[in-house]
Amino acid sequence: MYDFSFVKPGTVADAVTALASEDAQALGGGQTLIPTMKQRLASPAKLVSLTGIADMQGVSQSGGVLSIGGATTHAAVSAQAGGFAGLAALAGGIGDPAVRNRGTIGGSLANNDPAACYPSAALATGATIVTNTREIAADDFFQGLFETALDEGEIITAVHMPIPEASNYQKFEQPASRFALVGVFVAKYASGVRVAVTGASEGGVFRWSEAEAALGANFSPDAVSGLSVAPGDMIEDLHGSKAYRAHLVKVMTSRAVAAAG
Amino acid sequence: MPKDSGIGASPKRREDIRFLTGLGQYTDDISLTGETHAVFARSQVATGIIKSIDTSAAENMPGVLAVFTGDDFVDVGGNPAGWLINSRDGEPMKEPKRPVLAHGKVRHVGDAYAAVIAETAEQARDAAEAIEADIDEQPAVVDMKSALAGGALVHDEIGTNQCFDWGWIEDNRAATDAAIKSAPHVTTLELVNNRLVPNAMEPRASTGVFDPGTGDYTLYTTSQNPHLTRLLICAFVLGIPENKLRVVAPDVGGGFGSKIYHYGEEALVLSAAKKLGRPVRWTASRSESFLTDAHGRDHVTKIEIACEKDGTFLAFRTETMANVGAYLSNFSTATPTFLHGTLMAGNYTVPTLYVNVKAVFTNTAPVDAYRGAGRPEATYSLERAIDKCAQELGMDPLALRRKNFIKPDQFPYAAAAGLEYDTGNYHALVDKLEELADLSGFEARRAATKATGKLRGIGVNTYIEACGIAPSNLVGVLGSRVGLYDAATVRVNATGNISVMVGAHSHGQGHETAFPQVVADMLGIDEGSIDIVHGDTSKIPFGMGTYGSRSLAVCGSAVVRATEKIINKAKKIAAHMMEASEQDVEFSEGQFSIAGTDKSVGFGDVALKAYIPHNFPIEDIEPGLEETAFYDPANFTYPAGAYACEVEVDPDTGKVTIDRFTAVDDFGNVINPMIVTGQVHGGLAQGIGQALLENCTYDENGQILSASFMDYAMPRASDLPLYTVDHSCQTPCTHNPLGVKGCGEAGAIGSPPAVVNAVINALHSGGHTDVTHIDMPVSPARVWAAMNS
Repeated sequence: MYDFSFVKPGTVADAVTALASEDAQALGGGQTLIPTMKQRLASPAKLVSLTGIADMQGVSQSGGVLSIGGATTHAAVSAQAGGFAGLAALAGGIGDPAVRNRGTIGGSLANNDPAACYPSAALATGATIVTNTREIAADDFFQGLFETALDEGEIITAVHMPIPEASNYQKFEQPASRFALVGVFVAKYASGVRVAVTGASEGGVFRWSEAEAALGANFSPDAVSGLSVAPGDMIEDLHGSKAYRAHLVKVMTSRAVAAAG
Repeated sequence: MPKDSGIGASPKRREDIRFLTGLGQYTDDISLTGETHAVFARSQVATGIIKSIDTSAAENMPGVLAVFTGDDFVDVGGNPAGWLINSRDGEPMKEPKRPVLAHGKVRHVGDAYAAVIAETAEQARDAAEAIEADIDEQPAVVDMKSALAGGALVHDEIGTNQCFDWGWIEDNRAATDAAIKSAPHVTTLELVNNRLVPNAMEPRASTGVFDPGTGDYTLYTTSQNPHLTRLLICAFVLGIPENKLRVVAPDVGGGFGSKIYHYGEEALVLSAAKKLGRPVRWTASRSESFLTDAHGRDHVTKIEIACEKDGTFLAFRTETMANVGAYLSNFSTATPTFLHGTLMAGNYTVPTLYVNVKAVFTNTAPVDAYRGAGRPEATYSLERAIDKCAQELGMDPLALRRKNFIKPDQFPYAAAAGLEYDTGNYHALVDKLEELADLSGFEARRAATKATGKLRGIGVNTYIEACGIAPSNLVGVLGSRVGLYDAATVRVNATGNISVMVGAHSHGQGHETAFPQVVADMLGIDEGSIDIVHGDTSKIPFGMGTYGSRSLAVCGSAVVRATEKIINKAKKIAAHMMEASEQDVEFSEGQFSIAGTDKSVGFGDVALKAYIPHNFPIEDIEPGLEETAFYDPANFTYPAGAYACEVEVDPDTGKVTIDRFTAVDDFGNVINPMIVTGQVHGGLAQGIGQALLENCTYDENGQILSASFMDYAMPRASDLPLYTVDHSCQTPCTHNPLGVKGCGEAGAIGSPPAVVNAVINALHSGGHTDVTHIDMPVSPARVWAAMNS
C-alpha cells in the first residue's frame, strides 16, 4: 500500500469538496478498493470515506418504493429490507459476514464489477440511482465492465427501487471467489417482468429481453425453456465456457421464477 | 473403557491452547532489536534474459541499506536436489543450478532476481519497485508435451527439458508389454493429476541473524525440518560451518510438504544479516506464496490394466509426465519416482507392472512433495482405472478389487512394484466400509435423490501408501542423498519431570500431546510432567523432521528407544538404592521394586539420586539421567484404507455435492485416536479439495491464472460433508516398537478417486454412459460439459 491521506466527512457536501482534490477517491466499505491498494494496483492520494454521512445510511419504504442510503451495508439491507424480500435475500448472500458488514450498496454499484450481485437488482427493478447532482435510471447507469454513468467525484447518495409484486435472485457461485458465475434477478411488476443477469456477460450486467417478454405473458419457470442466450457475448474463463454461462442464464432464470412464485 | 491417559487415550491437544488464544510464536512474531526488512524483486514474465539490473535508484531510496542481485551469489552454491534419479539408459538426471537469486535468466513468474534490505518493509517495497531490470522476455515452456518435443529450453546449458526418463522396474518392461499385448482385456485411461498450491495458513517467513562477536548465525524460519535446512544451507549453498548456524523453526502454521524445502530467501536473509550486522527479516505475501511455494502433483498419465475376462489382474503399465517446474526442489525427483512408481501395485496381486516417468522442466514454479507426495498420484491413476475396468467388464467395482486383493495370510508380501508390505488386511477394511457406509442402503438413497431431479452416485476405492519414511539403507540404494532416520533425547530432570528433545517438527500434527502419551505410558508417570522440545537445532538431536507420515513411526520409535535406555539406567540406580542386584529390579507403574520383598523406590526418587549422586557408585554409573537414541526403520510402514463417497449431481448445472464420505483406515496401533481422526479429516478436506475445487493453472505464456483465492478454489467447510471415519481395523506394523504406521497423508491419498468414481457413477445412472472420465477438479463447468459433449 502506498501512502495516502484519509478523511471521513459527515455531510455529502463536505465529501464532494474533499473529492475535488487531485487523486482523491471515494471509499465505501472498501471491499474492493482496500485489497486493490494493498496490492499496490491503486494509489489514491486521498481516501474520502462515505460511511460517516448519516444521510446516506439506512433503508426506508414509501409508496411502493424502497430507498436505500448509498453507504448502507449489505448486512443492514439484509436486515431492514423486509418489504422487498428478494433484495433482502440477495444482500444476505453477498460474500461472507465480514464483507456484508463493511461493503455498501453505493460502493458496489459504483464499482460495477461484472460479477457483483447488486447491479442485477438495480437493473431488474428499474432503480433510480440518486447522486449528489442528479438521478440516473438504472438502464442508463451501467455502461460495461467497471464502467458507469458516474462522473469524476460524483457520489451515489441513495438508490430507489420500486418494490416488485414478486421477485427472486438466483446466484450460481464461482467456486473460488463465490462471486456470481451467473446471477439472475427476476422482478415481476404489474407493468411487466424485468430480468437482469450478472456475472455472465463481457458487457457486464444486462437485461434478457426475450425472457422478459416470455415471462410477461406467462410467469412460470417453463416460459423460458424454449429460449436460449447467445453465447457469443458471454465471459469465458477458468470457471466456465461461454456456452456454460449461456446455459446457466436460462437455468438460473427458471429457478428465480420458480422461487419468486 | 476408553483410557484417560497414555497410549490409546484422547487428551485434548495441549498446544491448541496457545494457538487458539493468539499466544503462538510464529517466525513473523519474533521481533529482534535492530531488525531490517527484505523485499524481493520478482520476475513478471515466465522466462527472459536478464540483460541488466540497475539498482542505483533503489539504493538511494529512503531507508535502503543494501540491494542484492544474482551477481552477489555467483560464488556460492546452488540449492540441490536431494535424490539422484538415473534414467533408463543409466544416465544421471539433469541437475541445473538453482541459485539464491536468478542470474542471467529468470525462469518462472515470481523468480526472484534482486532483493532490497531497508529499515521498514514499506521502504524496501518502494525500493524494490525502483529497481530497473532489463529482462528480454523469451518464449515460455509451459505444456509438458511441447517441452519434450523440442524448441525453447528452460535451462540452455543442459540442452533438453527432460530431467530424466525413469523406468520401474526396468527388468519387468518386456514381460509387462507382453502381458498387455496378449491379455483378454485391457483397460486404458488417460488422466491429469491437477497441479495444486499448498496454501499453508502461515506464509513462508525467514529472519537471518549474524553475531559478529561470535561469528554465529541464527535462522528463524518456517521449516518442517530445521536440521535438514541447516545441512542444505551449510553443505551446499552458503558454506557456513554447521556448528556456526542455528536454525529455529518455531510454531509453524501448516506445511503440507511446502516447508520441507530450503528456499533462496533463507540464504538471502542470512547473507544480508552478515553484510549488515543486523537481523534481516522477510515474510511472504499471499501472492508470493502462490508464485513461489513449491507446488504439488501435476502429472499427466496414461495407465493400462490388463486382466482376464473374470477380472484377474495380469499387468499394470503407466506412462507419466511429471512437471518439476523451473528448478529442482529438494524432493522433487523422489516424488514422481520412488514415492509413486513403487506404489503402483496398490493393494493387489498382479504378476508384473512397469512404470515410466519422464520428469519435465517448465517455466512454472518448482513442484515438489505435497501431502501424500506421489502416492496420491499412484492411487488416483490405479483406482480410477480399476473403476473403469469394472465398468467395462460389467463387474461390481468392489468385487473386482476384492478378487485381486493380497490376502491376509500372504503377508509379508513382496508386491510387484518392489516393496515388501509387512502386514495388512484389505478384506477387513472393505467389510468395515460396507457396514459403515451402508452400501446396502445406497439404492434406496439413489431413488430418493432421483425424485428431486438429481443424480446420486457412489464411488469406492482402496489405497496403500508407504509411510514412516524411510529406511536409510533402502533409500540410499534408490538414490537418496540423505539418511531418513530420526532422533530423540529424553532428559529426566532432577525433580522427575521430563524434557523430550525430538527431531520431528510439529506444525499441526499434535506431537506435543501425543509423544508425551508414549513416554508416560512407558514410565508410568503423569504425561503432564513431560514436555516436548522441537524445532531448534541448538536444543534437539540431529533428526530429519516431519513429512511422509513419519513422525510417530520413526521419531516416535526413537523416543521409545531413548526411554528404554532411561529405564535401563534407572534400574541400575534403583538397584544401588535398594542394595539389590540389577537383575532383580522390576519396573512397573513408575515404581522400581525387588520381587519377593517390600523394597521399592519411585521413579522420582531415582531421578533425584541421579542428579544428587551422594553415596553413588560413580565408578559403575554416570550421574544424570539423559539418553539419546537414533532410530532407522527396517522398512516403510504400509497404512491402507477403503473409502466410499456418495455424491449428488445437479444435471442442470453440473454441480457436485458430497452427501456422505466414509473413510476406513488401518494405521496400525493408534496413540491418540482424536488426533488421528483430526488428521484424517484434514487429509480428506485436501483430497476433496483436489477432486472438486483446486487447480493451479498457467496460460500459454507462463502467466499463472489462479494466483489468488479469487480464482484458486480452496475447500471450505460448506463444501465438505460430515465424515464417517474409522480406524478400528488395525494390523500393527511388525517392525517398529509402537506398531504404528502413520496417518497424516491418508485422507489426501485415498479420497480423490472415490470422489471422481462417484461422479462418473452418478452420470452413468443418468444415462451418460459415454462419460468414462472427467479430469480433476470435477468442477460444475467440467461436469456439465461432459454431460453435454
